[in-house]
Amino acid sequence: MVKQFLKNLFKKLSFNPFSRKSHVKLGLYGPPNGGKSTLANRICQDWLGEEMSSVSHIAHETREIKIKEQINIKNKKGKELTFSLVDTPGIATRIDYEDFLKKGMKKKDAKIRAKDATKGVIDAIKWLDNMDSVVVVLDATKDPYSQVNITIIGNLQARNIPVLIAANKVDLKKANLDVIKAAFPQYEVIGISAKYGKNVEDFYEQLFTLA
Amino acid sequence: MVTFQFIPYHEIENLSPAKRINKLLNIVKEEKIVLMEGRLKKEEEADLIEITMEEISPKFRGIELSVIYPNKDKQDFSQKVKGAFANILLGNRTGMTIVGPASIVKKIEQNPDKVELFTQDNTKRVKRRKKKR
Repeated sequence: MVKQFLKNLFKKLSFNPFSRKSHVKLGLYGPPNGGKSTLANRICQDWLGEEMSSVSHIAHETREIKIKEQINIKNKKGKELTFSLVDTPGIATRIDYEDFLKKGMKKKDAKIRAKDATKGVIDAIKWLDNMDSVVVVLDATKDPYSQVNITIIGNLQARNIPVLIAANKVDLKKANLDVIKAAFPQYEVIGISAKYGKNVEDFYEQLFTLA
Repeated sequence: MVTFQFIPYHEIENLSPAKRINKLLNIVKEEKIVLMEGRLKKEEEADLIEITMEEISPKFRGIELSVIYPNKDKQDFSQKVKGAFANILLGNRTGMTIVGPASIVKKIEQNPDKVELFTQDNTKRVKRRKKKR
């Protein structure tokens, strides 16, 4: 308890002798199907040569917290950054197993998926306290003014956790980066395509200023 | 028919965060849309989502949530000072929180000066069921 108090105190004073750069936890947060796992895979492929999570067009494919330790990235100046990447389930306020039925799932599987998805949302929220920095992954083709987005970002702000917004899927015609920038003017917003690797170099560069 | 229930700020003012959330969820589970004066704290909004997820069942499929709050960046200095005094004297009553059951409310769009609430189209479902019978 005393250690936690001192940790919080030093964190507020921007000096934390308990933290080490090698243990920075970088979380990927956002609504379902924004591309968190695709981005996690992109990062892991680029720097570790392996994938981290499975991806699907059906929402709530990631239903439990996934962690990849010791990812070491380098920028053009040769600076290095090591972090643990935490891929989290998408946060939602509603989960209806019938939505999965519409995607062709069997009723039993749809109900299991819905149940696991609710647990995933709870875990994702609980894990907010463990994060050192967070990349909020939003689908650039969708309306950013959803309450889930506002609640996630508001909670990160309340916890003084540095935030970078990755506006994903900019390869799609419907993507509108300006709307996302206008919705969250206080944060750095970077447009990327995690699937095709568009602008990921700039994204990695932004991680150095975030962590 | 859609039923709205208004909750004035004084009804939740002295409640603990857990009781506030339970009050909102109990009304929503009665298939009513809550219009609450003021807003929850950010942490309470996260707790609301968390507790909603714990209670999801085939009958209760979640909520739709929206918070309308004036943009303080658009306020001048005197408005900000007045607002701060009002908050101290009366509590933070600024804004409005809308919480509806997912079975009734399809989505709430905030854009950001207007709010549009879309309800589920249940008539199609009823027609389909009748045909099957």
